[in-house]
Amino acid sequence: MNPTDIAQPEYFHKVVDCQWACPAHTPVPEYIRLIAAGRYGDAYLVNWHSNVFPGILGRTCDRPCEPACRRGRVEEGGDKKGKPEPVAICRLKRVAADFKDDITPFLPRGTAQKNGKRVALVGAGPASLTVARDLAPLGYDLVVFDGDAKAGGMMRTQIPKFRLPERVIDEEMGYVLDMGIDFRPGQRIDSLRHLLGQGFDAVFVGSGAPRGRDLNVPGRAEAAANIHIGIDWLSSVSFGHVTRIGKRVIVLGGGNTAMDCCRSARRLGGDDVQVVVRSGYDEMKASPWEKEDARHEGIPIHNFLVPKAFTHDRGRLTGVTFEKVAPQRDAKGRRQLVPTGEPDVHFPCDDVLVAIGQENAFPWIERDLGLAFDEWSMPVVDTATMASTLPNVFFGGDAAFGPKNIIWAVAHGHEAAISIDLFCRGEDLRRRPPPHVNLSSQKMGIHEWSYDNAITGDRRFRVPLKDTKLALASIKVEVELGFDPKLAFAEAQRCLNCDVQTVFTDKLCIECDACVDICPMDCITFTDNGEEPDLRRRLQAPAPNLAQDLYVSGTLKTGRIMAKDEDVCLHCGLCAERCPTGAWDMHKFLLETAHADDRCRKQHARERETARVA
Amino acid sequence: MTYLAKPKIHHPGLPRNALGYTRRDYEGTVSTLCAGCGHDSISAAIIQAFFELDVPPHRVAKLSGIGCSSKTPTYFLGNSHGFNSVHGRMPSVLTGAALANRDLIYLGVSGDGDSASIGIGQFAHVMRRGVNMVYIVENNGVYGLTKGQFSATADKGSKSKRGAVNSDEPIDLAVLALTLGATFVARGFSGDKAQLVPLIKAAVAHRGAAFIDVVSPCVAFNNHHGSTKSYDYVREHNEAVNFLDFISPRDEITTEYAPGDVRNVVLHDGGSIRLRKVGEHYDPADRAAALGYLEARREAGEVVTGLLYLHADTADMHDALDTVTTPLNALGDADLVPGQAALAKVNASLR
Repeated sequence: MNPTDIAQPEYFHKVVDCQWACPAHTPVPEYIRLIAAGRYGDAYLVNWHSNVFPGILGRTCDRPCEPACRRGRVEEGGDKKGKPEPVAICRLKRVAADFKDDITPFLPRGTAQKNGKRVALVGAGPASLTVARDLAPLGYDLVVFDGDAKAGGMMRTQIPKFRLPERVIDEEMGYVLDMGIDFRPGQRIDSLRHLLGQGFDAVFVGSGAPRGRDLNVPGRAEAAANIHIGIDWLSSVSFGHVTRIGKRVIVLGGGNTAMDCCRSARRLGGDDVQVVVRSGYDEMKASPWEKEDARHEGIPIHNFLVPKAFTHDRGRLTGVTFEKVAPQRDAKGRRQLVPTGEPDVHFPCDDVLVAIGQENAFPWIERDLGLAFDEWSMPVVDTATMASTLPNVFFGGDAAFGPKNIIWAVAHGHEAAISIDLFCRGEDLRRRPPPHVNLSSQKMGIHEWSYDNAITGDRRFRVPLKDTKLALASIKVEVELGFDPKLAFAEAQRCLNCDVQTVFTDKLCIECDACVDICPMDCITFTDNGEEPDLRRRLQAPAPNLAQDLYVSGTLKTGRIMAKDEDVCLHCGLCAERCPTGAWDMHKFLLETAHADDRCRKQHARERETARVA
Repeated sequence: MTYLAKPKIHHPGLPRNALGYTRRDYEGTVSTLCAGCGHDSISAAIIQAFFELDVPPHRVAKLSGIGCSSKTPTYFLGNSHGFNSVHGRMPSVLTGAALANRDLIYLGVSGDGDSASIGIGQFAHVMRRGVNMVYIVENNGVYGLTKGQFSATADKGSKSKRGAVNSDEPIDLAVLALTLGATFVARGFSGDKAQLVPLIKAAVAHRGAAFIDVVSPCVAFNNHHGSTKSYDYVREHNEAVNFLDFISPRDEITTEYAPGDVRNVVLHDGGSIRLRKVGEHYDPADRAAALGYLEARREAGEVVTGLLYLHADTADMHDALDTVTTPLNALGDADLVPGQAALAKVNASLR
């Protein structure tokens, strides 16, 4: 293998599994260390810079970081208490939001000096507000349109208040809108043509995927009064239009919306709420913890049942009939659900909530504007630039590629903001600014490191919950109490600091084997070079996880190379601690993805520097 | 030294031996020696050897004297018996322990100062008596604890870190052990575990006095240009006379070798040593030839490593003294206090 080029930001970025997995690439270990140090405000700002809505995401994020967490791969070796578990990254984020002091003095303000460009943002959800946040400091005039009275989009309308209190939304919407953004509530955009006609330099579409999929089986029309589309029902609940539901409720669907529906129903008079899903339990789209939360509230989940008909009596829903199915592989090895032939089952109920998926809908975009749509009626959007086929129209969030989640909307927003800025300055959208990367030694002296490298054996701490009885009594009582500072510290200590990288300098190495001997994970091997598959087998411990790279040095004095398997490294720093020549050193790798407003920050820094010199 | 404890977490795929232990279960506390010390590699080799031999840690007694080397038993086999004795007196404590309880595996760990200077008398006699043990000298050629003065094993003409040239003749402990009757003599290098681990395993399986001289660079005081015990020097001048595989009685023999290249030596426990010869010139069964060869190569500045001498079918101290086969702590009252009649019988035999 060729020596690893650690100058490429991707190399070490990949080692920071959580950050790599995060669509917005939030520097997770960086803020977890700040939480451990009790610097909640700083931890919040690291998040805010990267993902804009730390308080909201700390409660609702789909947390792609957690399945990626290295702790979830290595913990098993420590003791035999069961499956390894990732650090509770998401809930630590909430800690930063919960315990911070006033951070408003540290937020960028909208600038009085305008650049003369006007940008319209359609929808006041996470994608649009991210774009607004990134563009405001650059002097853009930003106009945000939303059909609702308050900003937040699906975060406000579809996520139940017992998971995400209104005050958290208000606070974080406020941080963005207070940057001098012209928010026009209650103004639904009905025509893109009309909007384009108002002289905006660019338009960002962040209108979400607002249409819930319906279920057209016999009885749908007759029993319509008691059959509700999940996301519409959730927003009615959110606005207080709906406050009651029948005693017996069936929720159809296995995604997170279904989980929100059943748990909401449970709080609005549904004593007997049941979820019925086509697929098996493990294949359900809902996040494991959301399924767990539903079951914790006494909501049974039935699997492998396909709705066949709504039963009704004199215009009143009486129940739903299901066909029993079982998974089977077809000739091509694809998994299919086939009827088992058993008699259908009937679930009596008073109300049904249909949460079987969401769709995009763009009735307000005229099809003759030159904005291309694909065969699924989705706009053609560039995945890197978020640009549509109309040069001044950009998309992001669920509106761009269909329903995803908040953190993806934020990631889209950042990219779209960069594109809009490039577009408004007449530059090439394809020339994306590189990320900011900093790699700095953490050695402070002999045996002194500027990070806490002791590895705790603690298992994942559970977030304390409100007593179920009290939680179920109101739709507004937040179920999760969040970590207190003590628990947060303990959980933060579980983080392995994967961003503190083992950096190897081959010309300093005397091949004394000290690092090999001390490494608790057998990551390091000195051996003859070879092709990667061969090398992976010859290591101190075989490295079968191809998703994780090998760190390979140049040729050493004895003709061998150093090969390190990044997969299970604890970043404990013992290799560097035991290295007599400093060939190993621990360097903190801090990567911040480029944002549009970096340009402004850089300019500030330049001005400060000039002032200092003068 | 390192203040940080080695994390308990280990590689998820770490193998277990026949006893269900991982290699990590054979570790001790984290080393307090200088970073990069060759001794730590020897500790790692000992850990690996005992793990691979499936030795229950409580069946091992590790004994040492004074010095950097003699600190190391703390860093391996944390669940074994240990005795850190007076400077240079480890051999007599080991001999006594071996007499009292012949069932344990005795591992003496010493250094060049401990064995070649203050303890050379004890070293000589423990070899002569054929005590059943593994005696490892972690040989770095300097007194590391007192800032790097030449030890008795430093080669004549080698340079100290500050530039002084050694004018005294060195003691070659392997040669000394050979002449004094050790029945297993080997030399290894801390920087080559592939060679060292099988040597330690074979030495453990060998019955009788087994001696391994391990050249172990002192990173702090003897790893510079002009030293003959530095990583670079030993790597350049390492002349391995053979390679060895230790095959325990349980192991299945899978590797095939061309006949003539391999010599198989069966040990008393049914295990065997398989020697792969590097050249025709060296015969580890011929003590006189080995002595001559070692002396010649030393004069040429080479460091001869490998299994230097082996006499497998041998009697140990217990055979010579005709001692009771039961460890003393397992003897019952009837054996220990045989009574008046037995005394009378002994007395009668002396009349």
